[in-house]
Amino acid sequence: MPIEVLGARLIDPASGRDEITNLYCRDGRIVAIGQAPADFAPAQSIDAQGLVAAPGLVDLSVALREPGYSRKGTIASETLAATAGGITSLCCPPQTRPVLDTAAVAELILDRARESGHAKVFPVGALTRDLAGEQLSELVALRDAGCVAFGNGLANITSNRNLSRALEYAATFDLTIIIHSQDSDLAEGGLAHEGPSATFLGLAGIPETAETIALARNLLLVEQAGVRAHFTQLTTARAAQMIAEAQARGLPVTADVAMYQLILTDEALHGFSSLYHVQPPLRSAADREGLRQAVKSGVISSISSHHQPHEIDAKQAPFGETEPGISSAEILLPLAMTLVEDGLLDLPTLLARLSSGPAAALRLPVGQLGVGAPADIVLFDPHSSTLAGETWYSKGRNCPFIGHCLPGSVRYTIVDGRVSYRA
Amino acid sequence: MTPIDAKRPLQLNDNGQLRHFLSLDGLPRELLTEILDTADSFLEVGARAVKKVPLLRGKTVCNVFFENSTRTRTTFELAAKRLSADVITLNVSTSSTSKGETLTDTLRNLEAMAADMFVVRHADSGAAHFIAEHVCPDVAVINGGDGRHAHPTQGMLDMLTIRRHKGDFEKLSVAIVGDILHSRVARSNMLALKTLGCPDIRVIGPKTLLPVGLEQYGVSVYNDMNEGLRDVDVVIMLRLQRERMQGGRLPSEGEFYRLYGLTTQRMALAKPDAIVMHPGPINRGVEIESAVADSAQSVILNQVTYGIAIRMAVLSMSMSGQNAQRQLENEYAAEEQN
Repeated sequence: MPIEVLGARLIDPASGRDEITNLYCRDGRIVAIGQAPADFAPAQSIDAQGLVAAPGLVDLSVALREPGYSRKGTIASETLAATAGGITSLCCPPQTRPVLDTAAVAELILDRARESGHAKVFPVGALTRDLAGEQLSELVALRDAGCVAFGNGLANITSNRNLSRALEYAATFDLTIIIHSQDSDLAEGGLAHEGPSATFLGLAGIPETAETIALARNLLLVEQAGVRAHFTQLTTARAAQMIAEAQARGLPVTADVAMYQLILTDEALHGFSSLYHVQPPLRSAADREGLRQAVKSGVISSISSHHQPHEIDAKQAPFGETEPGISSAEILLPLAMTLVEDGLLDLPTLLARLSSGPAAALRLPVGQLGVGAPADIVLFDPHSSTLAGETWYSKGRNCPFIGHCLPGSVRYTIVDGRVSYRA
Repeated sequence: MTPIDAKRPLQLNDNGQLRHFLSLDGLPRELLTEILDTADSFLEVGARAVKKVPLLRGKTVCNVFFENSTRTRTTFELAAKRLSADVITLNVSTSSTSKGETLTDTLRNLEAMAADMFVVRHADSGAAHFIAEHVCPDVAVINGGDGRHAHPTQGMLDMLTIRRHKGDFEKLSVAIVGDILHSRVARSNMLALKTLGCPDIRVIGPKTLLPVGLEQYGVSVYNDMNEGLRDVDVVIMLRLQRERMQGGRLPSEGEFYRLYGLTTQRMALAKPDAIVMHPGPINRGVEIESAVADSAQSVILNQVTYGIAIRMAVLSMSMSGQNAQRQLENEYAAEEQN
């Protein structure tokens, strides 16, 4: 169905374009910018004056919970929630049940995602079988089934030898590896950042070194294997600095941060609200500042929601017995707009971290608005606001931002040239 | 962005009276003093031939212990009985949770039996807050110890002990010695001492047993026991758990005793009239020498006696604050209808 979007401020970070213009989409692609093609007969015309048209957001980590945990979320509910947050493409991590370590699971996820017809789904396969850190998954079969990268979830591969070989095997086929750096030994039993708040609350601490030691090891092994690696969910200023140093050395490494880590600190834990229980933990204000500066400089090129929906019971217990995670994909854009409101980023830079940055990190064929590109577009009003929680599509309501008024409001999310979400 | 649910006085009613007793954080000095004064008046009850007052007559107090305890459980039981309450004690670690019942379900069942008050001990920090906030806000919840976080009745009984033996907090030096990291008693004591105006609070231990960020409690940190004990008025020893040796935090009990054990010789560094306290149970020869534990300076057994009075004070005050809150809410509702 041909769609025209008229009079929007088009911001395409990939090409640097930022102008008020028109967009014409047909057969799932952008066919023209500015002037309509001669034969263009729009079935839908969107008056987008006052709105920004940007590449649909690309989120590198949205837990869909299916198969295995459909009480927490389903592919249908979570991909719909994602489009409400301006997301048109998302990667789902391999922590499903069964684990995403076979082509069959990847196919099941992709089938259900297509049936649901909301955001595009790019599965991340398990690097090792059952995420156990021992036997490799069939990485090439998984790639052929649609996996765009491979990771081991939050489960640290403790054996240096196993990780080294996994990285070398992946490098053979030029696969991208997603690495989460947390030393499971140092983090053992930990519930919060090791700092004054954890001390005050009597929560077992996870020291900064749990991240930096694992990251140092991982960087060395990645360098030796010559594999493309994406470091996910950094939480400390020191880790961001280590990534900057590795990039300066010429290593092909990229990094992302969870959106909520750029807003919250460990001080939120006072009062023991389980909504702030996340893994890896919320860190100090200095860490948050370091992460924000790394996002600004581009050392961290991607901001992700790290969406983890939960059923109510998972958060209804004393802090240490609750399951970690925040559900926030559906407010990703408004949450991210706080970074513009705070004066940290200008709008084009923010949109780069939310679209072209993450797409480039995993070499996904999305995240830009050129002629011929997939018509994945978010239209939002940067001057309006969103009352988080006023509508809610995710099955997980475990979101500490519910009730907050956030800047920016998503109006349309267009996936493959079709209006997938409309406010 | 400030969390919406941050820092509301969960444990106080709209008049600023106690309605739960969860931690000493945020409680004003006047309230702590009121607890101490009330406990003082109850001490006299314990000395009578008939040790009962009718303040909680007709009320049901449930002691729900998810973690083992002898002293705390028994003194809470006695305190409730001396206030004429009906008392039930459940050791949940051995009953329902092993059948898969959740904490929430266990407490809601007890609430359905018309309990008026819960005394809860749990291994998770924040458990008492969780119960007061999400499970049964209309039942007064008393924290009998939650993880490493707080043990506020122990904190207050320690304050009563100090006040009765040493008087004015504003003139005292108090040392807390040993495993601060894992100790809810130490955290509650530091908060209480700070609130009551103690100008010199010292914590003493090796770095492996001192958590980061102790400055927030307004304490000074000592790694050398001899230096830390110099001229103090009060020495609070903490219990050392055997597990600390396996976790690599200490080489051996022997080395700990050599460096941080309270011996007669070390006690001589404190003021001549200094008192020795310990929340119990004591490990003789691990953190404290027998001669010190049994000396005239030791007030360890007085602490137990005062514990009953403090628990009576907290139980009666929280019950009346909870009742007052219910009355207030009824009045609000009536006003709204008019």
